[in-house]
Amino acid sequence: MAWQLEWQFCIWLKPLLANNMTTLLIKNGRVIDPANKIDKVTNIFIQDGKIKSVGSQISKADRTLDTKGLIVTPGLIDMHVHLREPGKEDEETITSGVSAAINGGFTSVACMPNTDPAIDNEALAEFVYLQAKRAGKSNVFAIGAVTKGRKGEEISEMGQLYRGGAVGFSDDGESIKNSEVMRRALEYSRMFNKPIINHCEDTDLVRDGVMNEGYISTVLGLSGIPAVAEEIMVYRDITLAKLTQGRLHIAHITTKKSVELVRRAKEESINVTAEVTPHHLILTDDYIRTSNFDTNYKVNPPLRTKTDVQALREALKDGAIDAIVSDHAPHSEEEKDVEFNIAPFGMIGMESLLGVILTELVLKKVITLNRMIEALTVKPAQILGIPKGTLSVGADADITVIDLNKNWEIDPSTFKSKSRNCPFAGWKVKGKAVHTIVKGQVILP
Amino acid sequence: MKSEKKGFVWGHKHLLGLEYLTAQEITHILDTGESFKEVSRRNIKKVPTLRGKVVVNMFVEPSTRTRMSFSLAAKRLSADIVDFSPSLSSLSKGETVKDTARNIEAMGVDIVIIRHTAPGTAHMLSRIINASVINAGDGAHEHPSQGLLDIFTIRQKKGEIKGLKVAVVGDILHSRVARSNIWGLTKLGAEVIAVGPPTLIPEHIRDLGVRVSYDLDAVIPEIDVINILRIQLERQRSKFFPTVREYARLFGINSERLKRAKEDVLIMHPGPINRGVEITPDVADGKHSVILEQVANGLAIRMAILYLVKTAISE
Repeated sequence: MAWQLEWQFCIWLKPLLANNMTTLLIKNGRVIDPANKIDKVTNIFIQDGKIKSVGSQISKADRTLDTKGLIVTPGLIDMHVHLREPGKEDEETITSGVSAAINGGFTSVACMPNTDPAIDNEALAEFVYLQAKRAGKSNVFAIGAVTKGRKGEEISEMGQLYRGGAVGFSDDGESIKNSEVMRRALEYSRMFNKPIINHCEDTDLVRDGVMNEGYISTVLGLSGIPAVAEEIMVYRDITLAKLTQGRLHIAHITTKKSVELVRRAKEESINVTAEVTPHHLILTDDYIRTSNFDTNYKVNPPLRTKTDVQALREALKDGAIDAIVSDHAPHSEEEKDVEFNIAPFGMIGMESLLGVILTELVLKKVITLNRMIEALTVKPAQILGIPKGTLSVGADADITVIDLNKNWEIDPSTFKSKSRNCPFAGWKVKGKAVHTIVKGQVILP
Repeated sequence: MKSEKKGFVWGHKHLLGLEYLTAQEITHILDTGESFKEVSRRNIKKVPTLRGKVVVNMFVEPSTRTRMSFSLAAKRLSADIVDFSPSLSSLSKGETVKDTARNIEAMGVDIVIIRHTAPGTAHMLSRIINASVINAGDGAHEHPSQGLLDIFTIRQKKGEIKGLKVAVVGDILHSRVARSNIWGLTKLGAEVIAVGPPTLIPEHIRDLGVRVSYDLDAVIPEIDVINILRIQLERQRSKFFPTVREYARLFGINSERLKRAKEDVLIMHPGPINRGVEITPDVADGKHSVILEQVANGLAIRMAILYLVKTAISE
């Protein structure tokens, strides 16, 4: 019937019209946009999901957010997360993962391909984008596998993966053991100007290790993973990056020596970048002892020592380390609630990252607020080559609004993530994302 | 018998390791062990201390002497004891240790004695269940009852622990016996010297106040007690040392080596012995050896442990 058709037509048309016509004004916030070197109290006007203007003039908008006393930044980016889909949907899905991202203040995440099957072809990369579109919250970028099936033997169809939307390549979870394969990957990927993100670990030295090798592992009788297992690979990869002029990104860097290697490589203008997680910046291997073998502190690479933590903090401050990532690695309770030796490695972090970094690093003046925002916006955007992490006019209106004065307690039972393996459970923190805006749509709250 | 002495009250519901005990608490266990030793000399070797209590031996890693020793200790205290020895493989396939322990507890168990290959399993159990948990060896972490019976035996022979030099010889890296001995002995004022190849002595063991030597012959004249660890032959395949023969040459205890030792040196071994590898038969059965006395003392110490954790639950 005609009226039914017309009614249906309206339902379909309405969101389209709304989207095209919507304007949003974010006023009176302290806007910090390291990409454009902006740090001032001002207004942002958004139209059609894009940044229309940044400045003091006020235009009429469909909706206005008064952000007086709050921080307004480009939408935060977490360039290293595990969303477990396909394969381990009991632990996380792309849908639950993006909800966790939004809750933690992230408008974009890049997900690792260590799924089952591994994201090592174009169709699977496209599957990630399709699922993310269905979920319709944060942006999700796919990272493709470096090698077929993540086996470390033959390089994957990087060109096809790139066409499917891959923004980088990684066999994360596994180190690329074969030096020739690593060399070829660094060379081949130059065609696409996307980084090879290596999980640096000499597996022969790791053997059956389950935590950092040192005093604590000696006392606990747990097999140790020596710092050199990481450092040897970091050094190898840097020399290969120099040889190939490829783009190398060191995933979750953890040791003092690794940081020194990266710093020196940057001084030599070798194309290398690095990322660090909140847990490696804040926790040490001693937590395993004081918690009496709590498997929520079991992570790979392992929690290191105070000396390493200090070196990581300095490197984040001076720019030797570029980005902060969560390495969000969900595991079900039944998987984690077993003997320490057999529990899987990994911790979740998207929903605790901002709170713990603000509290432990920014409030305690280890790094500035601007540096933190840079490491969560423009830096990861540059590394992955994605048009995000900025409030430039014409850019996608991805914005995070942060309340620096909000006190809250980290309670994983309230998380949007499907998993609960958070090492910061029970921590009292200050600072939280209060609005997460993706393409002009206010999704949180 | 009372656990209170000079105002001291035993307060540990679980025994997870010697790291967590003070020198006074360790001494209290040893003293309690002395009183139980007397029970073993009686005609009727049984006391009613744990009558009506249920003790479960949960050994997820094979063991003969520790399990038997705990069983016998529980029986002498009149407890009901159940042996439960699931294989690791069946556990990893089906029920978890957590579920297994909860099921056992639902049957009304008071004390669970656990042996497991993974460090920290006793700690995990102590968080999950309400019963007392006794660690009977968790991977390379601790083996508190063995450490206590070793110290008990040394004290019996030497009178006092303070000032003694005790060499622990062999695979320190993988040894729970070494760690429990180190904690206990250093707390009581002995000097511990770890002796073995550098591949089997973790560098950080020094941070526990332990002296390290790679030369057995150099230290042998000064030591009062040699505690010899079992060499696990599979370690050789993992590249920790080249051959068993070479290990025996460098670190095996034989009568030739012992000629340079003190007259009253004690030879100890937690068992089971690889005769001809870490110790020669003549030394194992010789006049310095207290290996069988260790086994006998193990019974008294384990009675003391069961008794003490029970007093902590009762209070």
